[in-house]
Amino acid sequence: MGTWQPITTIAAAVQAGRVSARSLVEQSLQNIADQPDYNAIIVTLDERARSRADLIDAQVKSGSPAGRLAGVPFIAKDNFLVFGAETTAASNILKGFTAPYQATAIERLENEGAICVAKANLDAFGHGASTENSDFFTTLNAHDKTRVAGGSSGGSATAIALDMAPFALGTDTGGSSRQPASFGGVVGFKPTYGLISRSGVVAMGSSLDTIGTLTTNVEDLRLVVDVMAGHDDRDGTTIERDSAGYTDLTTDVRGKRIGVINEYLAEGVDDSVKTQVLKAVAALKAVGAEIIDVSLPSLPMALAVYYIICPAEVSSNLSRYDGQRYGHSSNDAADLEASYKQSRSQGFGKEAKRRIMIGTHVLSSGYYDAYYKKAQIVRTKLIHEFEAVLENVDFLVGPVAPTTAFKVGQNTHDPMQMYLADILTVAANLVGVPSISIPAGIVDGLPVGLQIMAAQRADRELLAFASAAEELLR
Amino acid sequence: MSKLSREDVLKLATLARLELTEAEIVAYIDDLSEILQYVEMLQTVDVTGLKPTNQVTGLVNVTRPDTIADYGYKPVDLYKNVPSMADDHIKVKRMIT
Repeated sequence: MGTWQPITTIAAAVQAGRVSARSLVEQSLQNIADQPDYNAIIVTLDERARSRADLIDAQVKSGSPAGRLAGVPFIAKDNFLVFGAETTAASNILKGFTAPYQATAIERLENEGAICVAKANLDAFGHGASTENSDFFTTLNAHDKTRVAGGSSGGSATAIALDMAPFALGTDTGGSSRQPASFGGVVGFKPTYGLISRSGVVAMGSSLDTIGTLTTNVEDLRLVVDVMAGHDDRDGTTIERDSAGYTDLTTDVRGKRIGVINEYLAEGVDDSVKTQVLKAVAALKAVGAEIIDVSLPSLPMALAVYYIICPAEVSSNLSRYDGQRYGHSSNDAADLEASYKQSRSQGFGKEAKRRIMIGTHVLSSGYYDAYYKKAQIVRTKLIHEFEAVLENVDFLVGPVAPTTAFKVGQNTHDPMQMYLADILTVAANLVGVPSISIPAGIVDGLPVGLQIMAAQRADRELLAFASAAEELLR
Repeated sequence: MSKLSREDVLKLATLARLELTEAEIVAYIDDLSEILQYVEMLQTVDVTGLKPTNQVTGLVNVTRPDTIADYGYKPVDLYKNVPSMADDHIKVKRMIT
């Protein structure tokens, strides 16, 4: 890492006319072109990015303010609609789809002068933990090409780890920004549910979906979150932003009460990951944090709750892909019913179909109460346990994933094994709390992330604490 | 309850408007059964007195004024993605056969 200055420095240099937005775009496109074998990127938006850069440079020349992110290139996961650009969600069913409008997150970034240069690979529709479920190709880990990037925002994480742009957007429904950040040695953040608008982002599990941000450092991430956060008329689930913003708070680790989650250091988590996380905890303790062992007894149920609620919502959200209004359409169907079936069967990949089938099952008559409703009730129990624990501690810490990046192909034969990669991240989505993964060192050449969670709407405090912890673990 | 039969899988495929190949049917019988076996653990949880959660941040009945808003995008941009058009209409295959 090292191509990019801190984002505030870049934007200030562009505004002062010392660096052109055009040169930054060219740099970013060059970094992408130089590293094609990692398969991080689905498509680059060369012309769109260049013309936006020229616009910003003209703005600067005329003396008008070009924004807090003036000229800063970024990469969006390919499930964000960027007006006029192809948006596939890495699925065959959306191949060739041109975004007819734009995600609010993209709109807010562009309004502050940021420039989207490329769309990153993902597990199709966000379904996966390795990007191996992309209908196009598998993204490789920036630290070891025989290993996965994590997922589903694997393209975004590898792109950031390889300096393709100063920041990237991901999504996080069950860990999809934090887990690849952990595997790639970068920072990945999932906000409180509803803090960043999902309008214009391909829906996966609507009660869980959040917008993720990936950067090389917490300071950059805080600025990007600050630009995107807050209520949006176009997403009824959004909440008000913190009126004090997300960039300026500084926190002293001394005296902070840190809950170490027992269940997250139990069986099933690799010893090397545990050791690294406990080292980070010791570092926090050494500077005066109060370390408290905490237990959330329902946590071992979280993955089961997730793999009912998420597929249920997936099956509902993916029902809109019917081959009639957009997306792949079967040519040779005899009637409308056959057209639905053939378009969907040809267009969806294996994992999307699997989740649609599970979701359909748990929502179907006779099974709804036993599966879906039961999962929603256990979700309530989990929420109560988090609320109780977060009354006594400021932050919760633990590993992000049970292992470091695994080998390409290692888990593809066994969907359940792949689902277990999310076991430590899904709880934050079920409960709606903010969670961040920051780099906590390298084991056998592979990065390990530290997960930090806070109470709902404590994103400002969490990010400030993450800045302090990052400094300590560097 | 958690072991699915071939008929179960075929019924789900019909409900979900999917046509499965023979290989997919065989694979999904096992995959889905394994996943349902895993989530079976929830049946042991005591949830007495608890209500289901639908929305985590407590928002209720979010509304907005019923007014027309112009976001600057045009219908013609939507048409570009439609597989088959006739004049300004989306054309589909015949419904009654």
